[in-house]
Amino acid sequence: MENLFKVSSSPHVRSNDSTQEIMMDVAIAMLPATVFGVYQFGVRALLVLIVTVAACVLSEYVYEKAMKKPITICDFSAVVTGMILGLNMPASIPLWMPILGGIFAIIIVKQLYGGLGQNFMNPALAARCFLLISFAGPMSAFTLDGWSGATPLAAMRNGATMDLAALFVGKIPGTIGEVSVIALLIGAAYMVYKKVITLRIPVTYIVTVAVFVFLFGGMDPYYTACQVCSGGLIFGAFFMATDYVTSPITPAGQIVFGILMGLITGVFRLWGASAEGVSYAIILSNLFVPLIERVTLPAAFGREGESGISKLLGGKGAK
Amino acid sequence: MNKYSERIYNGLWKENPIFVQMIGLCPTLAVTTSAINGIGMGLSSTVVLVAANIIIAALRHIIPDRVRLPAEIVVVASMVTIVDMLMEGFLPSLYDALGVYVPLIVVNCIILGRAEAFAMKNGVVESACDGIGMGLGFTFALFLLGGFRELLGAGSIFGITLSEAYTPATIFILAPGAFFVLAMLTALQNYLKAPKVKKTVEAAEPAAAVEAEGEGK
Repeated sequence: MENLFKVSSSPHVRSNDSTQEIMMDVAIAMLPATVFGVYQFGVRALLVLIVTVAACVLSEYVYEKAMKKPITICDFSAVVTGMILGLNMPASIPLWMPILGGIFAIIIVKQLYGGLGQNFMNPALAARCFLLISFAGPMSAFTLDGWSGATPLAAMRNGATMDLAALFVGKIPGTIGEVSVIALLIGAAYMVYKKVITLRIPVTYIVTVAVFVFLFGGMDPYYTACQVCSGGLIFGAFFMATDYVTSPITPAGQIVFGILMGLITGVFRLWGASAEGVSYAIILSNLFVPLIERVTLPAAFGREGESGISKLLGGKGAK
Repeated sequence: MNKYSERIYNGLWKENPIFVQMIGLCPTLAVTTSAINGIGMGLSSTVVLVAANIIIAALRHIIPDRVRLPAEIVVVASMVTIVDMLMEGFLPSLYDALGVYVPLIVVNCIILGRAEAFAMKNGVVESACDGIGMGLGFTFALFLLGGFRELLGAGSIFGITLSEAYTPATIFILAPGAFFVLAMLTALQNYLKAPKVKKTVEAAEPAAAVEAEGEGK
């Protein structure tokens, strides 16, 4: 044989997507919510966002420089982490807290486990929960137009009825990015259009929360709609639960993941000590992802009956 | 270094029960919410450890091999009961702070581990030194953990507030903070021990060491 064939290991077919492009798309998709947040909460919100993003990018750079690893700040993943973390904070927060959160997200949650693709928990959410537990006061001090007020979820828990239209547009107190459902949906539509995310995780998640709240929250459709449109549910479902690294890759697993998050969120919201539970629900479900993936592993072609679930049930195959 | 001081150095640093052996982590993580709690727990465990080691080493030829675990536990439990009662009588505030973890010293892996691994096979004086070393190593680790957690989570040390300007990060007083601080201290301890290994490699294989350094850069 004169001709030498090129030999390489799989995968042989690759898409042209790069981490950088996908992360850029996610960042673009967050812009409507960002713009609305800055419009509603003022320049202070913009400052919080810039500081958070800068803290994330700088921590990534400094850590990788110090550990003599390749510098990966150009893949925009730290920017996205910073944006999500910033959008998860109230605009009135003291500026050193976002900095601390950024350092925690990048160094403790992401880099110590090996960097992008290795972290078992969403870095931005883990940092948010870290700040929420550490500094409960400043992290939940929400103001709107100079008035400090309860978030819709807290108000609803005390029996108040909310204006669904205001919830949908976002004329409510809350974190910078979570308030406007319409702005978040525009961003989500962009991500779906660009095929950055599929609808499996967010839709299962939101539907599960809706069903749960409807069944156990008094069978009230209006109340259910208000629950779905308030708090961090829409933001979390589209932008945080769909993080590639910390969500299952199998289609069936994504459904299971969405249902799991929905159930945990429902339990937290209806019976938990706090009115909101999206962040905790997502990071708790992140921990189950390896297990979910193992169970929902599809059978390879020609090896039917060897899927993850049938192996788990005794390995004799589905008959 | 003679064999007695070697035992103490071994427990304190080389085979530190917390940072190296990673045993007895349940009380470690639970009680180290402040420096004083850490020291209290560490010292009471040390007393039990030394006493149990001495008694078991003295009885090691009498205890039949088959029932050695129950026999060891009986000795350890007696010592713990004595410490528990003395502490309740003389240090009631520390006793309240440590709560259920004082009687739980009975099931601390360090104490049974040392009895089983060392005191059953060695003489009384050596076993006593081993107990002192392990106990002080445990106390040292608990003091560091408690100190850092109190400093970060409450802004104070030994109950004295250092600065009013500091906003304490409550998470360090709670369970997750214990894991963060333990992981960081263990990493620091490994880092401090690492250079010694590097030097021996350098002496044996200069070329390999240079290559490794080059990779590091």
